[in-house]
Amino acid sequence: MKVSTSPVTGPGGAAGLAPRTGELIARLRDEENRPALVGYLPVGFPDVERSVEALLTLTDNGVDVIELGIPYSDPVMDGLVIQEAAQVALDAGVRVAHVFEAVRRIREHAPHVAVLVMTYWNPVLRHGVREFATDLAAAGGSGLITPDLIPDEAGDWIAASDELGLDRVFLVAPSSTPDRLALTARASRGFVYAASLMGVTGVRTSVGDRAESLVTDTRAAGAEHVCVGIGVSTGAQAAEVGRWADGVIVGSALVRPLLGDEPWEERLRNLAGVTRDLASGVRSARAAHGAH
Amino acid sequence: MSLAERLADVTGPYFGEFGGRFVPEALIAALDELETEYAKAAGDPAFGAELARLHREYTGRPSPLTEVQRFAAHATGEERPGASHPGVRVLLKREDLNHTGSHKINNVLGQALLVKRMGKRRVIAETGAGQHGVATATAAALMDLECVIYMGEEDTRRQALNVARMRLLGAEVVPVTAGTRTLKDAINEALRDWVTNVEHTHYVLGTVTGPHPFPEMVRQFHRIIGEEAREQLLERTGRLPDVVAACVGGGSNALGIFNAFLDDEGVALYGFEAGGEGVETGRHAARFSGGSPGVLHGARSYLLQDDDGQTRPSHSVSAGLDYPSVGPAHSWLHDLGRAEYEPVTDVEAMDAFRLLCRTEGIIPAIESAHALAGALRLGRRAVSEGRTGPDGAPYTILVNLSGRGDKDVATAARWFGLLDDGAAAQELEKMEGRG
Repeated sequence: MKVSTSPVTGPGGAAGLAPRTGELIARLRDEENRPALVGYLPVGFPDVERSVEALLTLTDNGVDVIELGIPYSDPVMDGLVIQEAAQVALDAGVRVAHVFEAVRRIREHAPHVAVLVMTYWNPVLRHGVREFATDLAAAGGSGLITPDLIPDEAGDWIAASDELGLDRVFLVAPSSTPDRLALTARASRGFVYAASLMGVTGVRTSVGDRAESLVTDTRAAGAEHVCVGIGVSTGAQAAEVGRWADGVIVGSALVRPLLGDEPWEERLRNLAGVTRDLASGVRSARAAHGAH
Repeated sequence: MSLAERLADVTGPYFGEFGGRFVPEALIAALDELETEYAKAAGDPAFGAELARLHREYTGRPSPLTEVQRFAAHATGEERPGASHPGVRVLLKREDLNHTGSHKINNVLGQALLVKRMGKRRVIAETGAGQHGVATATAAALMDLECVIYMGEEDTRRQALNVARMRLLGAEVVPVTAGTRTLKDAINEALRDWVTNVEHTHYVLGTVTGPHPFPEMVRQFHRIIGEEAREQLLERTGRLPDVVAACVGGGSNALGIFNAFLDDEGVALYGFEAGGEGVETGRHAARFSGGSPGVLHGARSYLLQDDDGQTRPSHSVSAGLDYPSVGPAHSWLHDLGRAEYEPVTDVEAMDAFRLLCRTEGIIPAIESAHALAGALRLGRRAVSEGRTGPDGAPYTILVNLSGRGDKDVATAARWFGLLDDGAAAQELEKMEGRG
């Protein structure tokens, strides 16, 4: 299989060419008339081996893009569910190096899936920005989602990701001004992550009134693809958001089935069930819309 | 930075390579608003006048300068006071005499006035030892603002009296049970609250760290400490000090007093960090001796971290210094070589705590006791190296006594084994929430 680091075709890895997230989203839109399902899980929860099993459960049940979290000691953008999982992973000894191993295994198992690593900035800084980008590209990762790194502070990462052809997913929030939406849209590659409401990650009963207009505004500011996260937990919500977003991002609702006391196999079955519900949500989003 | 620029006037977002804004995008609009409002207020004589009135009539400024001769004698060696060396003078800038008992009130009153200008109605804050929490709860009561204070659960036990104070003042105190249950985790929780409620809530950050404009703004609100001290010292001794010493947790009291002397080349600046059980044990909060540059809580600065960039837990007998990072301006001063930073262990700090109590009748905050221990060390060093002030004058050390020790009496009583009476011990345990 061809291995390439060409910025035109995207980074290569153990499992061959990593999909460019933007191209993947465009293909789902054009060929299947649907948004992408982006699923988050942290590496190392409850341990590295079982976290990879859980990640493969996501790819086997309809997730298009994996958001692979690096557990971090001070996750200020995350709510209780994800923080708890991250702490378990850290206590179990997860290391940054494990994320590259997990990326490689997901890509080998599901070459069609894009893997974005979600990380707070300090672990990347400590690893070395360029070294991190090189290791990620070599493992077959598509890019990074950086919740506490705004484009204004991202000079080193923008340079490294340009050089290695990696995606850069920055966030916008309901409080972002038009100028900042434009800045973020320009700096991002792959998609722009729209945080649907002010707050940290976690399951909500609704996705926020501002979410749809935030997507519209972000597109108007120049973003090609805008995916929506924070608060989405059910197939019905995924279908609703998927009508107007290019992708639906789900985190806490996928972590939660894994936090229980049940035998691991049962937790994986529960995770598969939640994932299938979300996957059918994104697949019905625009069909349902068309029927109206 | 141009050579002509005074160090005291350098502003954010960067101090050298430190500082910045490493926070979720959701907070950027609020930080921009704060930056704009702060700049407007700083240029508004009415704002300055109102803050000056509060300092004078509410806080009790200017705080006095107290010379502590019996304490200073311990720096020269008690057995031969004066001997062949002109001796060491130690003068304390008495921020402990401020309303609420520490320097923290300077910053909080400034930020509270800004909150009123911004039209927000709710304030949140983090606190370690409780002094910043008490100051914030006080200003919130004074200015009719809703107030929530985040405090690590471990610290609510160490500082039970201050928890009661905050509640008396009408604040809600939220014990944080995540992570290390100390100041770091209280800041995480406050940031989460702020991301969620930023529209009507201001985060009264308590020290010179965090995202821009906090490090710059908090320094500005504390620069009055150094300005007063400089004037008082010149009047008292006719010259500048040889050394300015302060404890450094986040670093707000230190920067407040350093700032007035940054451009005086002859004045050495010393920051004393929490050496805990000793830097070599790994149980400490000495960011400059045991840390490296990284990002935490919105700023790039020196940080206790492991090889993976995970924050390492800090340790100190003092809740207020028990923090794994430090204000970015200190990292800048450290790398410039303009200020020296040294660790002081729990034992050294507590010895200096007791010494000031016994020799001068002043019970300092344990944070400030780190600066006192540092001053003793610097005094002894000057004597042993034969260093004096200009023209053979006594070697003069200005110490920022950043807070008083009321809140630390329980910790000190236990440390020194002063509670031989069972009832008193029980009362203390109850006070600390362990009863």
